Amino acid sequence: MWALNDQTILKESVDAYNKDHPDQKITLRMFANDDYKQKLRVAFGANQAPDLFFNWGGGALDDYVKAGKVKAVTDAQVDLLRFTPSVLKSATFDGETYGVPANGLAPVVLYYNKKVLKDAGVEPPKTYAGLLAAVKKLKGDGVIPISLAANSKWPTLMYLEYLLDRVGGSDVFDRIAGGDPSGWKDPAVTGAATRLQELAGAGAFGDNASSVNYDQGASTALLYTGKAGMELMGTWEYANLVKAAPDFAKKNLGYVAFPSLSGGKGDPKDIVGNPSNFLSLNAASKNKSAALTYLKDYVMNGDQVDAYLAAGSVPPVNGLDSKLAAVKSDDKSWLAFVYKLVQDSPNFQLSWDQALPSDQADPLLTNVDKSFLRQIKPEEFGANMYKAAQ
Amino acid sequence: MATVVRTSRPVVSHRARPGAARGGRRRRFSGLLMAAPALLLFGLFGLVPLVGVLVLSLARWDGLGSVGWAGLANWTGVLGDGATWQALWLTLKVMVVSWLVQTPLALATGVFQAPRGRLRALFAVLWFLPLLLSAVAIGLTWQALLDPSFGIGATPGLHWLAQPLLGSPDLALYTVIFVIAWQFTPFHALLYQAGIRQIPVSLHEAAAIDGAGPVTRFLRITLPQLKYTFVTSSTLMLVGSLTYFDLIFVLSGGTGGPGTATRVLPLAMYITGFQAHDMGRASAIATLLVVFGLALSLLTTRLSGFTRMDSQQEGL
Repeated sequence: MWALNDQTILKESVDAYNKDHPDQKITLRMFANDDYKQKLRVAFGANQAPDLFFNWGGGALDDYVKAGKVKAVTDAQVDLLRFTPSVLKSATFDGETYGVPANGLAPVVLYYNKKVLKDAGVEPPKTYAGLLAAVKKLKGDGVIPISLAANSKWPTLMYLEYLLDRVGGSDVFDRIAGGDPSGWKDPAVTGAATRLQELAGAGAFGDNASSVNYDQGASTALLYTGKAGMELMGTWEYANLVKAAPDFAKKNLGYVAFPSLSGGKGDPKDIVGNPSNFLSLNAASKNKSAALTYLKDYVMNGDQVDAYLAAGSVPPVNGLDSKLAAVKSDDKSWLAFVYKLVQDSPNFQLSWDQALPSDQADPLLTNVDKSFLRQIKPEEFGANMYKAAQ
Repeated sequence: MATVVRTSRPVVSHRARPGAARGGRRRRFSGLLMAAPALLLFGLFGLVPLVGVLVLSLARWDGLGSVGWAGLANWTGVLGDGATWQALWLTLKVMVVSWLVQTPLALATGVFQAPRGRLRALFAVLWFLPLLLSAVAIGLTWQALLDPSFGIGATPGLHWLAQPLLGSPDLALYTVIFVIAWQFTPFHALLYQAGIRQIPVSLHEAAAIDGAGPVTRFLRITLPQLKYTFVTSSTLMLVGSLTYFDLIFVLSGGTGGPGTATRVLPLAMYITGFQAHDMGRASAIATLLVVFGLALSLLTTRLSGFTRMDSQQEGL
């Protein structure tokens, strides 16, 4: 089995499996994030791929499915019904499910520094207009209103994902992800790009966002050092903040859902992000029964669910209420917030760079960056993506 | 990448030619025998992948499924795409500006390092350090240093550095060129230092007796004597920056950004091949790089008379 090297809880479950099955052990190899996708691709191309592999679902997984490299799993084999349906959606193609959720829910939320917002006399924004007003006030107060690691490009994409959903509803991107490139020509796409430029133009991200790299931890640090007021990021950022600045996380860390947009078609309860990572089964695997045993009995079993909750992450399984109520750590309100956010959301959109086929991911990120830098006009964003999707 | 690095090889093989041509048949045979291991390795790891890339540039392959015939579609796609030409233009810019920045700096430090002396030796050692570091380490370090909020720009007195040096589409490429120069100038300084140490002292002494001052001696003796060092250093610099990849990759967060401001041709090739998984197009870009690299090497060796090198010290 191959996975990313930050998946310590997953490693524990493999250890538990190996203890119970000494005659057929799973060998776990863990990799750094950056080159993992390339390595996996090359391994599959060379027929040296692992039996089970960690992935993001979406368009990239669909590439493998289309090439006949992945085996579908059924409810009878791995008990799919225990997982959150909106999460399974991103590993389901043509009615078949090609993987099992392997870690916590990761919707994108708006974090804020309570102290910075209070000093500027700003309430956490609930609407887009409120966000713009907060930006103005925070800027006047001499802090960066919103910390953004635009150098990494994908954090900027999160804004467009949310803005498109708020402006045009979830159908617009559903059409695009379903393989209809004319969705990029929907006026809502231009509307979303316009609002991103409006935020950038209002100085929401400060002057230096384009140099801030997420992997260096700079955007996270801006928030907890009080140099920035807010940050839009996935739920994994919570663990980063707790680790880097435990005091801040306890006292001054706040979080809300992405603001609603009055006049927009989207449901303000919709969320975007990474529903979960998945473990998928290699179609050429010679150890299918052992792999299925692991997926059924060790992935998201009682112990693993507890381990995720203890780590401040909400696992993608149904019926968590009683377990959440029993949590006693500082993370309780955070866990409840994330669980409710996901349970209440009519639509959980997988981040676009994962949802689209991989040949469109680079044009997407490049055009997002160009929109953010205001090198292209809002209407050019959709037009360029339409061209790239042909 | 691997195939592209080989483009610098022809420079070396030119150098081997006069030796092989000299003797009779027996000598030619033993010459071939001695060249065989190198030829074999070059053929296996240089030419074979090169042919593979050429074939692949006519194919459609996503790295996963089966390989299909694409004809010239990749080529028309790559050549008709403005992004390719922009990447080529950026590559040329990196090449020329790097040369313009590094050559005078390397020459100056080479001249400084050449005379014996403890302080000079210490300077030379410290100055040489960046070359020993891996490009990834250098990239990450500079990325952290240049961070406008937490980098050197946060030091009192250095606030003018708190700019999006790597983030502004206008500045990013020059910042990258600066970091490249930081890493590679020491190497070229070493070449010049060695070149200067080779110049016989008697030349300088004779000129001094005839009344030539230090400036005249530098212009009339040191510089002309460094001609071949200059050619070697320039060729390495130009061909090297054509395939320059790792540092730019790290500094731009793997994207060639902001926008496409630092997406040089090798980076465009990597992104096309390993992020967009279009091996056919990536191979076409790789072939372009090979062609440009070969042309560049041939051109510099031709223009500089590298193949007709004679001793500069006859009669001494």
